[in-house]
Amino acid sequence: MGSKELKYIGKRIPRVDVDKVLGDAEYAYDFELPGMLWVKLVGAPHPHAKIIKIDYSDALKVPGVVRVFTGEDFPFKVGIYAADRDVLAREKTLYYGHPVAAVVAESLEAAEEAASKIVVEYEPLPYVLTIEDALKDNAPLVHENLAEYKHAPFIYPKPGTNIAHHTKLRKGNIEDGFAKADIVVENSYKEPMISHYYLEPWTGIARVKKDGTIEVWSSHQSPFAVRNLLALSLGVPITKLVVHHLRTGGGFGGKAGLLLEHIPVLISMKLGGRPVKLRLTARENFFFMAQRAGYLIKMKTGVTANGKLVAHYGEYYLDAGAYADYTVNIARAVGLTAFGPYEIPNIHVDSYAVYTNKVPTTAFRGFGMQELFFAVESQMDELAHKLGMDPVEFRLKNVFVPGKSRTAINELLRKDAGAPAQAIKEAAKLIEWNTPSEKPREPWKIRAKGFAAFWKGPFQPPNATSSAIVKLNEDGGVDLLIGTGEMGQGTTTGLVQIVAEELGIPPEKIRVAPIRSTDMVPYTWQTVGSRGLFTDGQALVNALNDLKRKIRAVASKIFNVEEYEIEIGDGKACVKGEPEKCVELKDLALGYMQPTGITIGGPLIGAGAHVPERNVLTHPETGQILEEGHLAPFYTFGAGAVEIEINLLTGDIRVLKVVSVFDTPALNPGLAEGQVIGGAVMGINIALREKLLFDVKGEYKGLFPEGMLLNPCLSNYIVSRAADVPKDFKIKFLGVGQSDAPYGAKGIGELAMLAWPAAIANAVYNALKIRITELPLSPDKIIDEIKKKRPELLEEAEKFLELNL
Amino acid sequence: MVRITLTVNGEKKEVDVSISESLLHVLRDKLHLRSVKANCYRGECGICTVIMNNRLVKSCQVLAVEADGAEIITVEGLTRDGKIAPIQRAFIEKFGFQCGFCTPAFVLAGHWIVNNMPKASEDEIREIISGIVCRCTGYKQIVDAIKYAIMLAHGESG
Ligand code: FES
Ligand code: FES
Repeated sequence: MGSKELKYIGKRIPRVDVDKVLGDAEYAYDFELPGMLWVKLVGAPHPHAKIIKIDYSDALKVPGVVRVFTGEDFPFKVGIYAADRDVLAREKTLYYGHPVAAVVAESLEAAEEAASKIVVEYEPLPYVLTIEDALKDNAPLVHENLAEYKHAPFIYPKPGTNIAHHTKLRKGNIEDGFAKADIVVENSYKEPMISHYYLEPWTGIARVKKDGTIEVWSSHQSPFAVRNLLALSLGVPITKLVVHHLRTGGGFGGKAGLLLEHIPVLISMKLGGRPVKLRLTARENFFFMAQRAGYLIKMKTGVTANGKLVAHYGEYYLDAGAYADYTVNIARAVGLTAFGPYEIPNIHVDSYAVYTNKVPTTAFRGFGMQELFFAVESQMDELAHKLGMDPVEFRLKNVFVPGKSRTAINELLRKDAGAPAQAIKEAAKLIEWNTPSEKPREPWKIRAKGFAAFWKGPFQPPNATSSAIVKLNEDGGVDLLIGTGEMGQGTTTGLVQIVAEELGIPPEKIRVAPIRSTDMVPYTWQTVGSRGLFTDGQALVNALNDLKRKIRAVASKIFNVEEYEIEIGDGKACVKGEPEKCVELKDLALGYMQPTGITIGGPLIGAGAHVPERNVLTHPETGQILEEGHLAPFYTFGAGAVEIEINLLTGDIRVLKVVSVFDTPALNPGLAEGQVIGGAVMGINIALREKLLFDVKGEYKGLFPEGMLLNPCLSNYIVSRAADVPKDFKIKFLGVGQSDAPYGAKGIGELAMLAWPAAIANAVYNALKIRITELPLSPDKIIDEIKKKRPELLEEAEKFLELNL
Repeated sequence: MVRITLTVNGEKKEVDVSISESLLHVLRDKLHLRSVKANCYRGECGICTVIMNNRLVKSCQVLAVEADGAEIITVEGLTRDGKIAPIQRAFIEKFGFQCGFCTPAFVLAGHWIVNNMPKASEDEIREIISGIVCRCTGYKQIVDAIKYAIMLAHGESG
């Protein structure tokens, strides 16, 4: 790898999943089986209530209805890191929309009609909607029996409270650190719960075959995680479980683990194995699927007069909703990450996932880092301003130096970890940091630039492994078998490019099945954390090496030379330096027949695995690594910058320019740019507009049911459209790879999200001298803040308006 | 039940529909054209878009009875004799899709623009496709694909 001219790596090779453009891509949403039953869930209309009685006698009278299930039919709990979830609510419901019953019918229409006829009697209970309320001494408890829940060893719930998990990080000595600080900045940052709004609403289909095999087709990211968690939750053997991964219509973390697969599985088990489909509507998806947690981040950071970070204290609270799912582990991730890509000797952080009576939460592209970095990178700018130092310069003064710096958990960054400083410099250059923004023609508008740096690696257990298989076919093509999910991020195409490059065959001759079944493809832990290309890519490189060894063994026999004398490329195996001594891969794919008939070799298959190198665990009390090693197999470093325009009259922010820089090389610029632009547009929209609305102050009492999510649809939950997104993107990959990464490439899909809320908030500060610490930076908030802190700006702007009238 | 006639991708179809049934339901569930996707069923996401009588419509918002006699094009109808339409080639070459769930709608919108507004500016293209949501791409590569398809279909001068 490396030295010779690359033919497929680094090139704009078209995506392999073209069935999506041709109209025959199959999603779980579309998937049907003969004789299939439909499920409809019934949600609770209270944020917290005791179930007194469920009357479904009228529902059963609807023609086509097969059965109605309630919580008592499934008396156990499920969950990923903590088994805190009822299959259907038992005894009490925990949030508005919490499923209490499941109707099964021959048609979707019948199931819908019957669902509307179920009458549930509730006794409302006191509830908590905010982190602050949930943490009060006598707060109503979302989970009274927390002590009894099974949970992963690294999850620390606090029974008797609403704390689902607590992570501690202690590095150095925090008192000493602050004693050395000349300047201290203390702030509290708030970010609302938001929705992934992937376009394919969650869908799952299950059936149980006569031999007990359970088959599942669902909209998920990680087929093996679904299989593993189903087996654990339901106590069924892995051998009897097959999970099929079809095309997945977006995930963004929201489809990372086990979703609601257990519902159709359990129902099918109870109904003699009949195929059962649960397909959510977009509205139901807001209530029945986990969303992204809300955040309250309190931090205090100290710096010396010459600009060195010396101390950081943090209390991070994640609003986990009623079930914490991945959120407990995200609390762990933000706690252990603690800060941005900067070295700080003294750190003290407590990070909590807190239960509230709201929709459950889970992973979201970035795994908490966008939320953390909104705080961290706002904090960095404020420190720089207080120091009278340029924010970019201040970052460069503290940024990690690979090979030298130690992170918050005390891991020594490997020498080839990346290029954090170079990324910061490049982003500053591309946004023309030192050139002030032009004055817009309209005097009521104001422009400014903002900056943010970031880093992230996949937050995975040390034993998160992957594997790959390559089969050579008789036409010289290859079947590539991988277990990683494809939800649009493009890993599949990147992996195909690796095969093409390594064997010298065109991508058209490489097939990856669109449907990946856990009993057909090799294992990979999960498709999360932007890890796929790195981990599955390494497994694939090893599989290709295995295949090449086998090819060489056969070819060396044919030409009667040593194996090392065989060179593979262009779909051929040749004796080095003797171009006439070649055999085409197709001729040895299935076994090479020599002139006398004796056949050697055999169907050639390569298999390979990836095991993270020296990934270690952290100490439960200090968050420090247990021995020299790493938390993640790689970190990607980068920086983002924006130029924005604020309309002082409307409070509207437009992002005019986007600069996004990553240290890693890109295996396929077309794919990588797609990730970067898509991530920027999503991240910018989260910064400006997205918020799941709950009536936390009781302002809408009487108008809406209490505790209800108020904006469960696209007309009120605003997702960006083609006409309202930035058009000017400057994207750069610095090409600094990690030595053990396939062709150096590290993940970027999540990283593409991380800079934007902070970069925009910093630009707002640079424009208005107002620090906003709460997202989203919506027009009403901007106007409010201007009125409060810079009323003269508004008065001036309004003057121009009067002149124009 | 009412019997309606549709010409779908050039083929005449007769379907019995209820008066409240949507065109989306007919296309997806009765004619099994699964390229037509759905998400919101209330006119917000646009991913159920099809071409009806040479206009872009959100098929969840069209009653099947309103579509009686109409000519409908879905992505299944763009590939003729194994040859893909310029808009499809453009989406492939310009990376105009990721998860693909919105893609059929954008491909049809792009196809319509190529045929009806070959001189569309970038802003006009963005305006037209703003009725359709994509959560993955950030739209740039979709817009690039549509512009490229105009060029493929009409040449540089387009
Ligand atoms: S399904 Fe028709 S607009 Fe959303
Ligand atoms: S490609 Fe996923 S929604 Fe558009």
